Amino acid sequence: MTAQIAAILTIDGVATGAIYVLIALGFVLIFSVTRIIFVPFGDIAAFTALTLAALETGQVPGTVGLTVALAILASAMEVVSLLRSGQRDRIPRRLLFYLVLPLVPAALVWASGSIILPMPLRIVLSLALILPIAPLLDRIVYRPIADASVLLLLTVSVALHFALVGLGLLFFGPEGVRTKSLTDYTMILGGIPISGQTLLIVIAAIVFAALLFVFFGFTLSGKALHATAVNRTGARLMGVRPEKSGTIAFLLGSLLAGVSGVLIAPVNTIFYDSGFLIGLKAFVGAIMGGMVSFPLTAIGALCVGILESFAAFYSSAFKEVIVFAILIPVLVARSYTAVHSEEETEE
Amino acid sequence: MSLLALSDIAVAYGKAEAVRGVSLSVEPGQIVTVIGPNGAGKTSLLTAAIGLLPSSGTITFDGQDVSRLETEQRVERGLCLVPERRELFADMSVRDNLVLGAYTRRRETAKIKSDIDDIYDRFPRLKERHKQHAGTLSGGERQMLALGRALMARPRLLMLDEPSLGLAPLIIREIFRIIASLRDLGVSILLVEQNARAALETADFGYVMETGEIVHDGTAGDLIDDPRLIASYLGGQHA
Repeated sequence: MTAQIAAILTIDGVATGAIYVLIALGFVLIFSVTRIIFVPFGDIAAFTALTLAALETGQVPGTVGLTVALAILASAMEVVSLLRSGQRDRIPRRLLFYLVLPLVPAALVWASGSIILPMPLRIVLSLALILPIAPLLDRIVYRPIADASVLLLLTVSVALHFALVGLGLLFFGPEGVRTKSLTDYTMILGGIPISGQTLLIVIAAIVFAALLFVFFGFTLSGKALHATAVNRTGARLMGVRPEKSGTIAFLLGSLLAGVSGVLIAPVNTIFYDSGFLIGLKAFVGAIMGGMVSFPLTAIGALCVGILESFAAFYSSAFKEVIVFAILIPVLVARSYTAVHSEEETEE
Repeated sequence: MSLLALSDIAVAYGKAEAVRGVSLSVEPGQIVTVIGPNGAGKTSLLTAAIGLLPSSGTITFDGQDVSRLETEQRVERGLCLVPERRELFADMSVRDNLVLGAYTRRRETAKIKSDIDDIYDRFPRLKERHKQHAGTLSGGERQMLALGRALMARPRLLMLDEPSLGLAPLIIREIFRIIASLRDLGVSILLVEQNARAALETADFGYVMETGEIVHDGTAGDLIDDPRLIASYLGGQHA
């Protein structure tokens, strides 16, 4: 291998890794606040890509049907639970949140019909369509079992993933899509070409990682979210609603997954079931960070991307095997170094 | 009108009843204590009052029935609990813990800043350690932080669960001195304690709980001289 090939592979790996960084940060964010390992997270990224592709060809994306169905189901559950606890006065506000807000982007897409919108608008609309899905799933699937063990929540997540893949096939069909390139710009650095797409991916990962850092370090909402993650009872005693923190975590996580879906769509062909593998590789990165540390997660996800790139060069048939095989030494190392928290010991 | 009135409260863990038919009230500005041995159901009573444990009976706060409200809604109305385990945010700084204490008043940014300074005046130790993680504090400092964090909410009723638990005698005296001084802030207090003598010396009124029921009540002055209590809880010695 020459130095130039190594450099190209590294750049390629960093780009892939940056996508994994976005998704892995979302994994950690959602897990730390809700204790849910949100397996369908990769599906959210894939669905964003499929939505964007549908908008490019002037079709109504399957996301519209999916969001409408989820919004109706979540609203019905919310109304029933409020009626049962005798809190009728809170129904309008909840309906605004669970029914009206998710349906606004769906209605916009529906209204625009076969008009092909300009690219920035298409991206914003795709993200707006995708954002409500995870919070609605949270309301429908996870909230009734919020106090369950991490294992049960994980089992439900796996089931939910398979359900979503089925729904993906129903709503988006079996064809793979690849969207138009976001930019044609190419930069030459030391004789190695770097595409504008790669630069965009890396910049997006850096920007969103920085935003998360600012959000958790300097805003009260971020601190309340962190507080929910470290001590749920303590947070409730301060008046912080864990459900609200969970919704914010799912929204932020979906934004990260959505952005990664937009960025990956022009470079990879995405099918309705492509999300799982992307999510699983990001998950390897999140495991390296112990599912708690954002910086370690970002480094871990980058390593996965670079390793995958080199593995594909040496033996493309075994690239997935090589990537997942590194989980073993990582887990062994973590089992020696992990500090058990107070809560874990209690369970 | 009582600030807090619990009437006929029962708490059960499955078939085991931890609290049976307990009624008590706290008047505005009062310090009321519930004393009793380990396992009497005192903690269950407070946990039910804040809504973290399901219970039957009626809980009235400031004339309104809050029995069916969620914990967060009770907190918003000015009911506040410092639990036995303190429940601090261990990997956050002392200052961030205090900031989160004022979560229900999050729009009053300027007031929150001056309130943090007031807490630092009350607990100078917290000011010294404001950047330190809560998990690295000593037991006494943690209790001070838990109290300070609760005061940041400007509660109308503060419920304290075993504030002296696991602390050295000197620190215990300090904590009780602080609790007594909270009276000047206009905060009413419901204090649950095993350290019966110190609690009665601080309180206006007291209830004695045994195996889930209230067995005696009276003004703190009467209870402290009650021969039955001296025999079983006060041990005839000064704390």
